[in-house]
Amino acid sequence: MWDWGFALEILPTLAKAAIVTVQVTLLGFLIALSLGLALAAARIMQPWTAVPISLAVELIRSTPLLIQIFFLYFVGPSFGLTLDAMTAGILAIGLHYAAYCSEVYRAGFESVPRGQWEASVALNLGRWTTLRDIIIPQAIPPVVPALGNYLVALFKETPLLSAIAVMELMQSAKIIGSQTFRYNEPITLVGLFFLVMSLASAWAIRRVEAGINRRYRR
Amino acid sequence: MGLRGLAGLLALTIATIWYLSGLEDYRIFVPGLAQGAAMTVQITAAAAVLAVTAALVAALLKLYGPAPLRWLAVTYIEIFRGTSALVQLFWLYFVLPVFGITLEAYTAAVIGIGLNIGAYGAEVVRGAIVAVPRGQWEATVALNMSRAQALRRIILPQAFAAMIPPWGNLFIELLKTTALVSMITLGDLAFRAQQMNQTTMKTVQIFTLVLLIYLAMSLVITIAMRLLERRAGRGILRARAA
Amino acid sequence: MTEPMVSFENVTKRYGTLTVLDNLNLTIGRGEKVAIIGPSGSGKTTVLRMLMTLETIDGGVIRVEGEPLTHMERGGKLVPADQAHIRKVRAKIGMVFQSFNLFPHMTALQNCIEAPMKVLGLSREKAEARAMDLLDMVGMANRRDYYPSQLSGGQQQRVAIARALAMRPKVMLFDEVTSALDPELVGEVLQVIRKLGAEHDLTMLMVTHQMGFAKEFADRVCFFHSGRICEEGEPQAFFTNPQNERSRQFLRAVLEAG
Repeated sequence: MWDWGFALEILPTLAKAAIVTVQVTLLGFLIALSLGLALAAARIMQPWTAVPISLAVELIRSTPLLIQIFFLYFVGPSFGLTLDAMTAGILAIGLHYAAYCSEVYRAGFESVPRGQWEASVALNLGRWTTLRDIIIPQAIPPVVPALGNYLVALFKETPLLSAIAVMELMQSAKIIGSQTFRYNEPITLVGLFFLVMSLASAWAIRRVEAGINRRYRR
Repeated sequence: MGLRGLAGLLALTIATIWYLSGLEDYRIFVPGLAQGAAMTVQITAAAAVLAVTAALVAALLKLYGPAPLRWLAVTYIEIFRGTSALVQLFWLYFVLPVFGITLEAYTAAVIGIGLNIGAYGAEVVRGAIVAVPRGQWEATVALNMSRAQALRRIILPQAFAAMIPPWGNLFIELLKTTALVSMITLGDLAFRAQQMNQTTMKTVQIFTLVLLIYLAMSLVITIAMRLLERRAGRGILRARAA
Repeated sequence: MTEPMVSFENVTKRYGTLTVLDNLNLTIGRGEKVAIIGPSGSGKTTVLRMLMTLETIDGGVIRVEGEPLTHMERGGKLVPADQAHIRKVRAKIGMVFQSFNLFPHMTALQNCIEAPMKVLGLSREKAEARAMDLLDMVGMANRRDYYPSQLSGGQQQRVAIARALAMRPKVMLFDEVTSALDPELVGEVLQVIRKLGAEHDLTMLMVTHQMGFAKEFADRVCFFHSGRICEEGEPQAFFTNPQNERSRQFLRAVLEAG
C-alpha cells in the first residue's frame, strides 16, 4: 500500500513544489498585510470610505477564493489585464486575505483608547502623524497572533492554485498521481507537509502571543 | 453590518441576479448554474449537519472523555485543522480506495468538508463551554446534579448562545469550501461555471453570476444566524452584559 | 448525646505548599447556627467549600450525620468515596453563594424546580408547588417568571436561597451571601435568613462579614486565622470580651471600619 521507495523518489519534485507554495504564501501574505492595513487606515482617516470598503470586504469574504482565483485569471484578459497563473493566484489570495486582515487591524485600532487620539490632538499632532506614530504602534502588537492565524489559513489555501495549474505542492502531487496512478504517497506527503508546518506555526504563534502578552499587558 | 443592511444587500443581490438572468448574454447559463447551485446547497446542508455533530462530539470528548477517546478527539481536531481542505478531499477521494474504501464523490465531499469544518467547530464549542463561569458548575454541585445533568441542562444551553456568532462564520467558510468539490468532479456551482467557461468563453458573464449567487447564499446564512442569535440571546446575553 | 450534624476531623487543605486549613476539628450540632468569621485568606470559605465537595481535602475526614462524606467505609477501612456515595451524602447539604450563581437562562421558578425534578425526581406539579412555597417565603413569588438578569442582586440572592431550600437540605451553607450586594439590599437578604432560622430546624453555617448579624443570629462564632480556629464561643461573650489577641485586633479593625 505504501511504497517507501516511491515516496523517496518523488520527494525532490515535491520539495521543489514546496518552495513555490512558500513563495505564494509569503507574497500573498505581504499583499494581505499591507493592503489590509491600508483599508483599515482608510476607514479611519476618510470616514466616507467605510461603506464601500465594508461592502467590498463583505463581498470578498462571502464568496469562495476558488471563484475569485478564476475570476482574476480568466476575466482579467477581457479588461486587458492578462496575468500569468502564478501572479493571478498570488494576487487573488492576497486580496482575499487582505479583506480578513483589514478586519483584524480594525479591531486593533478600536482597542486603542480614545484618549490616545485626544491626547494627540491636545499635543497638536497631525492626524496622519497620530495614526503612524501613536495609534498603529499600539494597535498592531495585540493583533499579531490573529494575523499569524491568517498566515496559517492562507498557507493552507494555497493548494487552490492548482486549479489554474500553478506548480505548487498540490498540483505537483496531482501530476505525479495522474502519471503514475499512485495517489497515496504524493497526497499523503503533501498532507503531512501541511500538518507539520501548521503545527509548527501554531506553536510559534503561541510563543509570540505569550511574548506580546508579557510586554504589552494593559 | 446590521440586520437591515444585510437584508438590503441580499435584496439587492437577488434583484441583480434576477435582472442579469433576463439579459441575452446571461440567459443561457441560468439552467446550468441553477443545477450547480442546487448541488452546492445540498452539500452545504449535509456537511453542516455532519460538522455540528462532529464538533459537539469532539469537543465533549476532548474536555471530558476518558484518555484514549480524548487523544482521538485531539488527533482528529489537529489533523483536520492542520492540513488543507483540498488535500483532505483528495485524500478521501483518491487515496482511501488504496485502502479498499471507495467513496462516491458526493460522499467524499460531505465527509471531507463536514469533518474539516467540524474540527474548527470543536474548538468553538470547547471555548464556549469553558467560558461558562465556574460558579455555574459550583451551583450544580450544590444542587447535587450529576455532571451529565449539569452539562446538558445548565452548561450547554448557556454555551449555545456564545457559539452562534462563530458558527455563523464557520457556516460561511463551509459554503465557500464546497467550491473545492468541483475539483473532485462533483457538479456544484463552481464546477458548472468552469465547464461552461471552457465551452463558451463568456467568462465575465458566468463568473459574475456565480459570485453573486455565492454572495446571496452567504447572506442568507448570515441573516439566519443573526436571527437565531437574537432568539437565543434572550435572558442569557442580558445577564452577561449586566 | 445525639450525633453531631457535621464534624470535621483533623481536616487539612493545601494549595501547593500553602496550607489553607491546618488540622481542623469542628463539630456542629443538629439545628445549630454557626457563624464563621475572620480576615480574608484565613480559610473560612474553604471550610464551606470542602463540605459542599467543591474542594478536595488533603487529610482527615468530614462526616455528615456520622457518615463520612469524602470517604466510605469498606471492610472497616476508610477509602476515597465514589461519585454515587458523594452524591448520596451531599444531598443533605445546600449552599448559597456570594455571587448567587443563578442559572441565567432560566426564570426564577425554573431555577427552583430544575434540580428537584432532575435530581430528586419530583413531578413538575410537586416541584412547582414546593418552589412557589419557598419563593413566597423569600418574598419572590410575584417574580417567578423573571430571568435573573431582570432582578436586583438582593432579589437574585433570595431566589438562590429558595433554590437551595427546594432540595430540602439538612445543612445550609451561606458563603458571604451579602458581600456582592449594594448596602441597601443587604437587609432584605438577612431578613430572609433570620426568618429561615426562626421557622425551620436547619443547621446553618455562614461565612459572614456582618458582625452585627452574626452576634444576633448565631449560636456560636468561630474566628479563623491562618487556617486555624483561633477562638470560638457564644457570640455575646466573643464580641464583648474576646480572649484571643488576634480576635481583639480583628474586631477592633472591623469596628473602626464601621
